[in-house]
Amino acid sequence: MSRGRAADRLLALAVWVSVLAVAAVFFWILGSLLWSGMGRVTWAFLTTAPRDAGRAGGIGPILVSTLLILGVCMAVSLPLGLGAAVLLSEFAEAGSLFGRAVRRSLDVLAGVPSIVFGLFGTALFCQALGLGYSIFAGGLTLACMVLPILIRATEEGFRSAPSEYRRAAAALGMSRASALWHVLLPAAAPGLLVGLVLGMGRALAETAALLFTSGYVDRMPESLLDSARALSIHIYDLSMNVTGGDPNACATAVVLVALLLAVNGLAAWMTGRWLSRRVLPA
Amino acid sequence: MSPSSKDRLLVWVLRACAGLSGAIVLLIAVFLVLESLPALRNVGFARFFSDPSWHPARYAADGAYNLAPMLAGTLLAMAGAVALATPLGFCAALFCHFYAPPGLARACRRLIELLAGIPSVVYGFWGLVTLVPLLNKVQPPGASLLAGILILALMILPTIALMADGALANVPAEYLRGAAALGLSRSATIVGVVFPAAKSGLFTGVILETGRAAGETMALLMVCGNVVQVPKSLFDPMRTLTANIALEMGYALGDHRSALFVSGLVLLALIVALAAAAEWLSKGRVYE
Amino acid sequence: MSGTDGSTFLRMENLGLAYHGKPALEGVDLEIRRGAITALIGPSGCGKTSLLTCVNRLIDLVPGARAKGKVEFQGRDVLDPRADLFALRKRIGMLFQRPNPFPLSIRRNLELPLREHGLRDRAELAATVERTLRDVALWDEVKDRLEKPALALSGGQQQRLCLARALALEPEAMLMDEPCSALDPLASGAVEDLIVSLRGRVTVLIVTHNLAQARRIADDVALLWLQDGVGRLIERGPAAAFFAQPKEEITRAYLSGERG
Ligand SMILES: Nc1ncnc2c1ncn2[C@@H]1O[C@H](COP(=O)(O)OP(=O)(O)OP(=O)(O)O)[C@@H](O)[C@H]1O
Ligand SMILES: [Mg+2]
Repeated sequence: MSRGRAADRLLALAVWVSVLAVAAVFFWILGSLLWSGMGRVTWAFLTTAPRDAGRAGGIGPILVSTLLILGVCMAVSLPLGLGAAVLLSEFAEAGSLFGRAVRRSLDVLAGVPSIVFGLFGTALFCQALGLGYSIFAGGLTLACMVLPILIRATEEGFRSAPSEYRRAAAALGMSRASALWHVLLPAAAPGLLVGLVLGMGRALAETAALLFTSGYVDRMPESLLDSARALSIHIYDLSMNVTGGDPNACATAVVLVALLLAVNGLAAWMTGRWLSRRVLPA
Repeated sequence: MSPSSKDRLLVWVLRACAGLSGAIVLLIAVFLVLESLPALRNVGFARFFSDPSWHPARYAADGAYNLAPMLAGTLLAMAGAVALATPLGFCAALFCHFYAPPGLARACRRLIELLAGIPSVVYGFWGLVTLVPLLNKVQPPGASLLAGILILALMILPTIALMADGALANVPAEYLRGAAALGLSRSATIVGVVFPAAKSGLFTGVILETGRAAGETMALLMVCGNVVQVPKSLFDPMRTLTANIALEMGYALGDHRSALFVSGLVLLALIVALAAAAEWLSKGRVYE
Repeated sequence: MSGTDGSTFLRMENLGLAYHGKPALEGVDLEIRRGAITALIGPSGCGKTSLLTCVNRLIDLVPGARAKGKVEFQGRDVLDPRADLFALRKRIGMLFQRPNPFPLSIRRNLELPLREHGLRDRAELAATVERTLRDVALWDEVKDRLEKPALALSGGQQQRLCLARALALEPEAMLMDEPCSALDPLASGAVEDLIVSLRGRVTVLIVTHNLAQARRIADDVALLWLQDGVGRLIERGPAAAFFAQPKEEITRAYLSGERG
């Protein structure tokens, strides 16, 4: 057998073994989560309040809090991100000093660790703006965090809209504002949707940035200024600080992962539908 | 409103959005520095590395503020995880490109994307209830640097694999055809042609993931044991900078709190340095 | 010819255009007669499209493009930075080489620019849509599918829709950049007939590579040519004289290439 053949087999062996090992570990993780968590996820679990520090009862208020935090995050980051993305992709300013500076700082922002966002959020939103530990503070912190993701995907969407639309609109004497709103925005919608889903995924998964911005309180929030506990925080708190909290932590983890999968699936389905409705020129 | 004034208004609104988005990084830096100032003034920069231990207090004079063990913890976990995840991630990418039949490759990519989206707190939870007890049987206490490295490696592996996958996809097909025409074996093609061509893309991906590993909080907080010490072996518990912030921020006051912002600043500096390195490398691609 | 009273509609004086400092057009002096069809011919890359886009300032969309000289229209200079582009482009429409309807329904394609220019009344909108679609002989083909995507139409239908979309704004002039070259002979003939039907009502400046078409439809012809990598106007004049007795050597050679 030649040296080349031997090296081939060795490499193939290494690749197969490592891939199988890694896949096995991941299936182990997902399997064990499902195995011990799935049985507890019932309608009652999803709707009732936690009791006994979360050992018993469900996650009703926590689900609501999570959705509220997510809502605040998206309501703030979506318009801001869309505006920034339009400026960066549709206007000549992308190449200007201002445009380059914005892009650069967004690149840095994308790499900032979530715990640093937490520090920032607690200093700015909780203290300087006086929001305290609240849904608002948590949502705003997450909004800062998902902006770069949102902007990048939306920019991609606008880039993929054919330049013919822009020329056609301009030649008809339409303002750029209407061209954007009526023609380019619908054409860029898939990119926007991808950004939305990625951003929501990141926000749903986030824990560290919420630890000391939205806080731990597991009661049903009454206003956006109440402290509230997100799903991810619930998992952390139950497993680290509550002895005997593991089973419910596991069930909560199953719910969180299912939620993330649902968001992703929804996006895939919507993009597919959107594409099939559009008839492309031959 | 006339079309042109509509457009002018639009541009100003958009500029405001972009300016605000771009200003967030500056705001973060400003707030970290502002909040760090009391500690930097009262404790002084040197004491963060020369104090005998980490026993922070509200007033600088009463406490000890050595961040070094936790910085070491962050760097050790980061280095270990990257060293472990990089070859595995590359293998997964090679598998998808050169070894798996198309159907399996697609399934594999799907799985990797799914795994990249799983929250760190879920990985941490699994580590806490499954991995730590297992390690505890090998050598107590179980919660250790090794547990941290393993969990962190699992977490960054999917993203490294995705980035490597992208870098491999960018290798021009002519190179592969050329290698095949020369009768190169598959391993020789991969080592001699594919890796050099994809080099800068792979490096950039690894460096970006290194940054993510350095900034990871939850998983390490849950499996490392959180004892403030420089671990002497893989089985020793330890605490990272990020875990330290998460643990103490809730009750810290005065200079203690400020010292936590200093550690955030250190972390941010580390990440920015890594990002700069990544950019420098990806720029290099242009001139190669 | 009918409807061409001979008055000047638009005058270019020493018009030049550069992309990123590299000149593409220089020293173009050209008068367009009101109501006439002026054909712009010349080899590929000599700056015909560039010339058209100076007239309605579409060059503003191209980063790095800079025009100099003068395009006089109704006593004003189109190239003046303070010119009202929206009004200008409403008065001078454009038809492109590749049909470019918006990815919207057929009706929305026509209504959107109309609404943009202030027409809000529903009944009036519907009437205008029908009238312009009849104008371009598309009404019978699409009247039952106005809500369907415009991109589902054939290439020729799309081009006629684009023409209708531009005509709906009742422009005084149309710029056309090889409007037939992406179409099959039949569809091309239909569009050509429509263009001829505009004579007298709308001033047309049309770019074409098809010399036979230029002969068939043009009142005036202008030839652009690349000299030292820059586009220049070589010869212009009434179509009959231009084709029968070209003055310039280049024109003669270019026209004879038609057969050779
Ligand atoms: N956006 C642009 N950026 C840079 N150069 C350009 C741009 N558009 C056109 N040019 C250059 O200007 C010159 C004239 O181009 P133009 O498109 O006007 O030619 P044309 O006569 O319309 O050609 P064709 O008959 O092929 O359509 C060409 O040399 C071209 O390379
Ligand atoms: Mg052209």
